[in-house]
Amino acid sequence: MNVIRGTIEFLTTGSNWTGEHGILARGWAHIWISFVAVMISASAAIPAAVWLAHKRLAPTLSVAMVNLGRAIPSFAIIALVFPLSIRYGFGLGFWPTCVALVALGIPPMFTNAYAGVVETQQNIVEAASGIGMTGTQVLRKVELPAAVPLMMTGVRVSGVQIVATATLGALVGYECLGTYIVAGLARGPTGRPEVLAGALLVAALALTVDLFLDRLERTLTPWRRRLR
Amino acid sequence: MIADERRSIIWWGWVGDHLDDIWQRTVEHVQLTIIAMLVGCVISFALALLAVRVRWTYRPITRVASILYTIPSIALFALLIPFTGLGILTAEIALVSYTILILVGNTVAGLDAVPESVKEAADGMGYTRWRRLLTVEIPLALPTIIAGIRVAAVTVIGLVTIAALIGIGGYGALINDGLHRNFPTPIVIGATLSICLALLVDGGLAIAQRLLTPWRRGQ
Repeated sequence: MNVIRGTIEFLTTGSNWTGEHGILARGWAHIWISFVAVMISASAAIPAAVWLAHKRLAPTLSVAMVNLGRAIPSFAIIALVFPLSIRYGFGLGFWPTCVALVALGIPPMFTNAYAGVVETQQNIVEAASGIGMTGTQVLRKVELPAAVPLMMTGVRVSGVQIVATATLGALVGYECLGTYIVAGLARGPTGRPEVLAGALLVAALALTVDLFLDRLERTLTPWRRRLR
Repeated sequence: MIADERRSIIWWGWVGDHLDDIWQRTVEHVQLTIIAMLVGCVISFALALLAVRVRWTYRPITRVASILYTIPSIALFALLIPFTGLGILTAEIALVSYTILILVGNTVAGLDAVPESVKEAADGMGYTRWRRLLTVEIPLALPTIIAGIRVAAVTVIGLVTIAALIGIGGYGALINDGLHRNFPTPIVIGATLSICLALLVDGGLAIAQRLLTPWRRGQ
């Protein structure tokens, strides 16, 4: 198995890790674009979902979001945004990828935040109004804290999907860990070790992020520990 | 003039000239999806039955399935290439592995939710284990199982587009083609048809579930 030997050699050669096009730089670029995309999706999806849910508006939107989010292939979004991004001067690489990642990240965050607020037990909301809280106070002091666990679940699901999909950014010229896979595939059989190395790195990063966000979720919502 | 049409979001003239090609891609996309779903269902149902009968196997099964599910699809395709080459087998192994977590989870949840009293009644009537499973437990678990099949099918249809990156057909081939030529029309057509196919299959399975479980219609 020459490919495996080649892959081990690729991953254990120091010069492949350092420098402008090294594994560390590309790994950092991968994490950076994912982080930016998570932040943008969260600040777009969560406030909108919380407000709509507080007003009990647009319940079907929340269900439609999940289905649509699953049905829209992320590869298609990146491919679609790419020509537009070039035409309107946002260039290659970062922005087409980031827009696609945000589009991918919004549905799980929206749906979970919406469900979190809507599923706050009705008797608790009524009790809060009963002791004289205004609508905004009910939202801030009761519905929001009650929704935090589901919101975090949304962030975790979105985050893992975003890190996984950032790999495809390599197709539109964003240099990340996916570049090893795309460049290696383009080189044919001689590129196989690079492809395998890239795949291992991407898989390791996705699993690490999944684990990290799972821990974060548990740390931020300690009161849920008994339920698991 | 031609240059403007090429740059526009959709150029109907191109679509008209390439209907054969688009149909061919549709057939490929559907075939890849059907194979993945059939194999995925067989493997998952076997694993789910094992997990229900031999309880301790449930956690390791879902643990492995969730690791497979977390690995990005393009990485999973790439991981398999050295062993299974560039071809349908590589694509199908990856696609099947994404269905397992969803299908096993829903099947086990559905079977677990069958009330104990119903199972005891079946035992009391002298049903064998297999007859009880086939005629009592599976029908009652069917809504949950089909809900899992719907999610898995929609996921697979979206993922098939990525298989184009390792040279397999389907709508992804249209998207890839448009991306390489900086030509939006095939991208729009490939993406739209992929979404339509996913929604169509989702709706079709929802109707199938209603037809297969007539006793639930009043609820």
